[in-house]
Order: sequence, then C-alpha cells, then structure tokens
Amino acid sequence: MEVTFQFDWAAAFRSIPHLLPGIPWTLLISFGGLAIGFFIGIFFGLLRISPLRWLRFPAILYIEVFRGTPILVQVLFIFYGLPQLLGGPINALTAGIAAIAVNSGAYISEVVRGGVQSIERGQREASLSLGLSRTQAFRYVIWPQAFRRMIPPLGNQAIISIKDTSLFSVIGVGELVRQGQIYIATTFTALEVYLMVALMYLAITWSLSIALRQLERRGLVGQ
Amino acid sequence: MTQGDTTSTPIVRMEKVNKHFGSLHVLKDIDLEVQHGEVVVVIGASGSGKSTLIRCINGLEEFQQGHIEVDDKELLPDGKSARALQKIRTEVGMVFQQFNLFPHLSVLDNVILAPMKVRGWSRADALEIAERLLERVGIADQSAKHPAQLSGGQQQRVALARALAMEPRLMLFDEPTSALDPEMIGEVLDAMRELAKEGMTMVIVTHEMGFAREVADRVIFIDRGEIVEQGPPETLFDAPQNDRTRNFLSRVLKH
Repeated sequence: MEVTFQFDWAAAFRSIPHLLPGIPWTLLISFGGLAIGFFIGIFFGLLRISPLRWLRFPAILYIEVFRGTPILVQVLFIFYGLPQLLGGPINALTAGIAAIAVNSGAYISEVVRGGVQSIERGQREASLSLGLSRTQAFRYVIWPQAFRRMIPPLGNQAIISIKDTSLFSVIGVGELVRQGQIYIATTFTALEVYLMVALMYLAITWSLSIALRQLERRGLVGQ
Repeated sequence: MTQGDTTSTPIVRMEKVNKHFGSLHVLKDIDLEVQHGEVVVVIGASGSGKSTLIRCINGLEEFQQGHIEVDDKELLPDGKSARALQKIRTEVGMVFQQFNLFPHLSVLDNVILAPMKVRGWSRADALEIAERLLERVGIADQSAKHPAQLSGGQQQRVALARALAMEPRLMLFDEPTSALDPEMIGEVLDAMRELAKEGMTMVIVTHEMGFAREVADRVIFIDRGEIVEQGPPETLFDAPQNDRTRNFLSRVLKH
C-alpha cells in the first residue's frame, strides 16, 4: 500500500482569512495582560528589595506561587474556579488577560528586582551625598538606569507571554489557535493550518524582536 | 560669610567614635575635630579604616558608639538620624574614588540635578552656577557630553563640579585619584589645590604623599582603625613620632 501525502498549499492559503481574526485577540490578551503585569511587576519587584522583611515576604510569596505553577492551571483556575467563589461567570477574555497579568507580573517582578539591584552602589551613594532623599535618588538616578537595563528581559517576557496565550484556546477565547481549531474542524487540514498559525505567531514575535533591536541600536537600552 | 559663631566652632567633631563590622573593629575611639577652612589629609594603608572614617562624616557608613557633629547637626549611632543626615549631606560634598557620575545624564545635567531637586533652584540659576564651575575645572566645552565620553580625569573634575554646585561648607575626598591613569592624576590634584587655596574646608583620603605635604594643614595617620599620629605635614612626614607611622612612611615613600 502506498501512502502519498501532498502538502496542500492552496488549503494553507485558503485558511489565512479564517485565522486572521484571531490575531487581534492574541494581541489584546498578550499586551493587555503585559501592561497590567508590568505594573504588578514594578510593585512586587520593589517590595521584593525592601529592607523590611514584612514587605518582602508577600512579594516572595506572590512570585513563587505564580512562577511556580503552570499558566494553563492559572487560567483554568481563573475561568472555571473563581466563578465558584464570585458567584458569577468571568468572560474568557478577562480571564485570559488576568492570567497573563499575574503570570508575567511574577517574572517581571524579578526583572525589576534584577534591574534595580544591578545599579552600582556608588550611584545611590553619590545621590545621597548630594543631599537627595532616598526617593529622589531612586526616581532621578537609580530607576532611569535600571529601566534601560530592564528592556531586553522585558522584551523576552513579552515574547513568552504572546506564545502563552495559545493555551487559552482551552477556555474558548477566539485567539489564533482557537480560530485554527475551529477551521480545521470543518476542513481536516491540520498540517496546513497549524503551519499557518505557527507562522503568524512567528510574524508577531519576530517583529517585536526587530523593534527591540532597533531600540538597542539607538542606544536607548542597556549601558 | 557664615552665620553666627559657626566659624569659631569646629565644622566636624567626632568623639569616641567606634564602628564594628561583625567581629571586625573598624574604627576605634576616633576623636577628630576639623576647623573651618582647614585642609586635613588622612593617610594609612588600605583596610586601615581611613575611607570608613570620612564616610561616617556624611553618614554613608553607620557607627555604633560615640558622637559625631557636623555643621552643628548631630549624627546618632546606628543611623538613627535620618533628618539631620539629609541636612548634613546638603552642606557636605563628596568626591568618590570611582567618580560615580550619573551615566544616563549629560555632564551639565549631572551638575544641576541636586541644586534643582534639593536646593529648589530654578533651572536658569542652576545652569549659571554649573557653567561657571565647569569652566573652572576646565570642562566647559564638554558639558553636553555623557560621562562615558570623557576621560577619567575629566570625569573626576565633573564630579568635583557636581559636588561644588551645592555650595558645600565641607568637601570630603575619598581617594579621588586612585582610579585614575597616572597622566590624569595631576589635573585632578590641580583642581583640588585651587579649591584649598580658596579656603574650602577639606578632608582628603589619599595616597598622594607629595600632594598631602603640599596642601595639608594637618595630616592624620590611621592604622588598624586608630588615629596613631597627627600633626602638620612637616612634622608627620619628616619627624614621625610613632613606629607604626615611620614604618608606613618608609614603605610608601621609598619608591
């Protein structure tokens, strides 16, 4: 018996218009979640380096819990679990954004901590010796330098979170993978469609990488 | 030029200051007074506690016992004097071994940051003083550059201008030339020499013995956390009384 298989380019191209509606959902969930995660990360990252133990402890707890559990479990917990507590359903988009926010927030906390701690001690000492308060030293001297160093790892986290949204097909939010699954259910062209889905993720993440490299080249990042 | 009777009382008074770092006794019963207009040079081997000593004066290091008064404001042991501390730092400038310029700001912005944020000066006022100071240390034409674009000697002169922009009543120097290439040491020492001539009160930790002899009103030799000997440079360098001082000087002056 002879097995022949032909990659059906026409089927691949035909799937594109059916997949494209997933892109705005993927972007909305990932960048919406990342924007919130960024503020969560600044908050817990700074708590994490507080000299006060009772401020550090909640930050460590948060980071360990959300970094140490799978994002798939987190989104299932939020979408199916939390409604039992809240007494009402959570829509899938909100659940997806929330999952990216709390998950990326944990990693971004560590990025913020690393960035701030990477600034040489002498920068703080010089600021204080000039009479700046600790808050002023942080705001005008430490943070601007730390933030530049944080951009490459933040870009890295953005790429990871964009790909993580693919898991949210399980809660039925209409992102890229979900659109692919729906289309395959009627056409049975899994090979062609998943390849197209993969290429679309690649297009998003690659563009982001290029944008980040441009920032670095212009010297706005690092030092 | 100074208010009240501040010129008659010492600007720095340390009494029985002790600092421990774990089991290490870093400073032992330090008694030190610095008068207005005086240039005091602190010498000693690395690890002797001389940097720690001057870093106690502006509270970058905490101490455990004793008394420090700077410009009539008291510093308490274990860093329990946050409010006095910021006032003291506003009046006391410091130049560091590693320059510690702010790399994300231009030379000019390095100099005007503290006058604007701490003194509350307008940008125009701060710029006027900054330009005059940069002129004085010979960096006026580099003011738009970032620190990384300058040589070590230039960076240290900017750091000096940055500290002077706060119009301090006392300047601390923590080994200001130790991180410099030999050919750049002279330009920094020249700027400090000029400052001393103008009557600035200075406490300088340095290994430059020739410079110490020339500008110091008083030289202090510190060894294993203790002030072993002090006196005018002629006495201390040419006729040291203590064996430890003689020993140290014979090692550093030989070459």
